Amino acid sequence: MQARTLYDKLWQDHEVRDNGDGTSLIYIDRHLVHEVTSPQAFEGLRLAGRKPWRVTANIATPDHNVPTTDRDKGIADPVSRLQVETLDQNCVDFGITEFKMNDVRQGIVHVIGPEQGATLPGMTVVCGDSHTSTHGAFGALAFGIGTSEVEHVLATQCLIQKKSRSMLISVDGVADLQVTAKDIILAIIGHIGTAGGTGYAIEFGGDAIRALSMEGRMTLCNMAIEAGARAGMVAVDDKTIEYVKGRPYAPSGDMWDKAVAYWKTLVSDADAKFDKVVHLDAAEIQPQVTWGTSPEMVVGVDSTVPDPMSFSDPVKRDGAKAALKYMGLEPNIPINQIRPDKIFIGSCTNSRIEDLRAAAAVAKGRKVADNIKLAMVVPGSGLVKQQAEQEGLDKIFIEAGFEWREPGCSMCLAMNADRLEPGERCASTSNRNFEGRQGQGGRTHLVSPAMAAAAAVSGHFIDVRELD
Amino acid sequence: MEKFDTLTAIVAPMDRANVDTDAIIPKQFLKSIKRSGFGPNLFDEWRYLDHGEPGMDNSKRTLNPDFVLNQPRYQGARILLARENFGCGSSREHAPWALEDYGFRAIIAPSYADIFFNNCFKNGILPIVLDAQIVDELFKQVAANEGYQLSIDLDAQTITTPDGKAIPFDVDAFRKHCLLNGLDDIGLTLQHVDDIRAYEQKRQQQAPWLFS
Ligand code: SF4
Repeated sequence: MQARTLYDKLWQDHEVRDNGDGTSLIYIDRHLVHEVTSPQAFEGLRLAGRKPWRVTANIATPDHNVPTTDRDKGIADPVSRLQVETLDQNCVDFGITEFKMNDVRQGIVHVIGPEQGATLPGMTVVCGDSHTSTHGAFGALAFGIGTSEVEHVLATQCLIQKKSRSMLISVDGVADLQVTAKDIILAIIGHIGTAGGTGYAIEFGGDAIRALSMEGRMTLCNMAIEAGARAGMVAVDDKTIEYVKGRPYAPSGDMWDKAVAYWKTLVSDADAKFDKVVHLDAAEIQPQVTWGTSPEMVVGVDSTVPDPMSFSDPVKRDGAKAALKYMGLEPNIPINQIRPDKIFIGSCTNSRIEDLRAAAAVAKGRKVADNIKLAMVVPGSGLVKQQAEQEGLDKIFIEAGFEWREPGCSMCLAMNADRLEPGERCASTSNRNFEGRQGQGGRTHLVSPAMAAAAAVSGHFIDVRELD
Repeated sequence: MEKFDTLTAIVAPMDRANVDTDAIIPKQFLKSIKRSGFGPNLFDEWRYLDHGEPGMDNSKRTLNPDFVLNQPRYQGARILLARENFGCGSSREHAPWALEDYGFRAIIAPSYADIFFNNCFKNGILPIVLDAQIVDELFKQVAANEGYQLSIDLDAQTITTPDGKAIPFDVDAFRKHCLLNGLDDIGLTLQHVDDIRAYEQKRQQQAPWLFS
C-alpha cells in the first residue's frame, strides 16, 4: 500500500462515501456542544422534526457564559443566563449528556473532552468552536465547525468535507527548560503567519514535539487554528495511550487492548509525503510575547517591538501601524519594558493542571507587583480545580495575590463578567489577541503560564528564566 | 437558504488584512439564541462610537463617521471587498449571519479563513477568491469611482466591471450547485442514509469501543 500520513489514515477510516465532486461524507465519532453555537442548531432540528442521529456521540457543557465567582448565585446577566438555560433544556429535550454549570466535571469543552476520555485517538471530533483543533493532540482528526454544521452532525452524524492538503511542521532538537508548548506554537505562527496553514491539516512532529507532555501537545494543537489550519495533530505514542488509560469514557478490558492495537497504527508512515514541510529549530525558540493584534505579531521576550517601517509588504506595514496604535506601543521599545495592568491565566490553551503548576512554581514565595490591578487564575474544569487544590496550588496563588476562580472561558473572550476595561493591558495565556477580544479597547499580550506569572510578580514582561 | 445566481451591487471596501470574526460581530452579540437580527451590530466596535450591548436601540447610537460602511457613498452596498485572511478567528456562524442580515451577499478577497469561508456558503453568501493584484486594482477603482458597482454571475463564474471587463473566478462544483439552487446540506446527506448505516456497521466491527 502507498505510504500514508496520519491525516490520510484518519480521513480514510471515516469516509462514508466519496461524493465524486471533490467532497466526501465524513463520519463523526464525537460531538462536543456548548451554549453559544448550538441553540440555532437545536432550533433547526426542531423545525425540521429531526432527532439526533446517535445521541451518545454528543457531550455538552456550558463554558463561555458561566461566571467565575459566586456560582451558587447563578448567572446575573439575563441574556447569558437564557443561553445557558437553553442548552440545559435542549440537552433534556434531546437526551444529550450535559455537565451542567455546577457539576464538578463542567469546564471548557476542550479541557473536559480529553479529561473524560471522551476524546480518544483515531476519532473524528467536532464542536461548534474553532479551538476543537486541540483534540488533535491525541492522533484524532478534530476541527471546529459552524452552527449549520452542528445541526448537520446532530442530524446525520456526518459532515460534507473536502480533504485538506497536508503539512508537516517538524520542531527539531531540544527546547530550553522554560520554553513551553505555548512558546513553540507562537514561534510557529510567527514563522508561517496566521494564514500559513489555511487549507492544510497540520501534523506536528520532531523531537521537541515528541518530548511534550499530552497537555503540552493540546496547547500546541489548540492554536493550529491561529496558524489558519482547521486541524492540527500529533501522532499517537506511549504518552498518548498512558494519558487515556482509566478515564471515564475510555474503553477497558479486552476492548482496551483492541483499541490500543489500533491506536498504535496512528502515525504517519516513514515515507509518507506531505504537501508542505516546515522545519523549526527548538533550541532557537525563546519565551514568546505578542506585541500586536494578531497572533503572528510575536517576538521573543529578549526582543523589541518592531518598527512598522521594517515591513516591506505594505499591507503588513499598515497592519503593524494599526496594531501599535491600538496597543498603545511605540516601535523599538524592549518587550520587557511593557507593563501589564491585568494577568489572566486560563483558557482552553493553558488552564490544565500542568499549566497551573508552571505558573504556581513562579508565583511561589513571590507577590503580585503593585501596578497589577488584577491577576486571576481560572482553571479549565472543575476537576482541574479540585486537583490543583489537592496540590495546594490555590494557596500559593492566593498567597501571592492572585484570585482563584471557578472554571470557564472567562476573560479569554469576556462573554461573562470578566473583562478588560478600555486601554487596559493584559498578559494572557489565551490564544487570541484580537482587538476587543478581552473587552472593548483591551490590549492583549499572549504568553505562556510561566511568563504570565513572571509578568505578574515583576510588574512587566520578563524572561522567566531570569527569575530562577 | 436563499439562492444566489446573479448580483449587481455597490461595492464597499474593507481595506485591512486579517479582519477577524470578533471584529465582524463582537462576542456580546453571540449571546442571542436566534439566527437573525445581527445586521445592526455588524462591525459594531468600528461602526459606532459607543459600546454596544445586546438589546440596545441601535438607531439611537452615535455612528463613527470615519468607518467605511457609514459613508453615504457606500449605502446599499451588497458586495464587500476585503483583504487577505478575511474572517479569521472563531467558528461563529454569527459572522456570516451578520453580513447577510446587513445586506451583503458576496465578498471578494485574496483569501479567507477556512471555517468562515465554509460558513458563508451555508448562508447564501458567495465568498470569491481573486488574485491579490486584481483585488488591489478593485480597491483603487472603488476609491476612485463613487457608486462603483460590480456584477457577479455565479453560473458563468464571472465578475463584470462597469467598463465591461469580465473577471473569471473559481468555485467548487458542489458549493456552486448548492448556492445556485438554495439547497440544504442536511437534506442532501439524508439521501445517503444507507451508506451511513453501512459505514456504522462496518466500523462497529473494527472499533467497537467507539459505539459503547
Ligand atoms: S477558552 Fe477561549 S478560545 Fe477556548 S473555547 Fe473558551 S472562549 Fe474559545
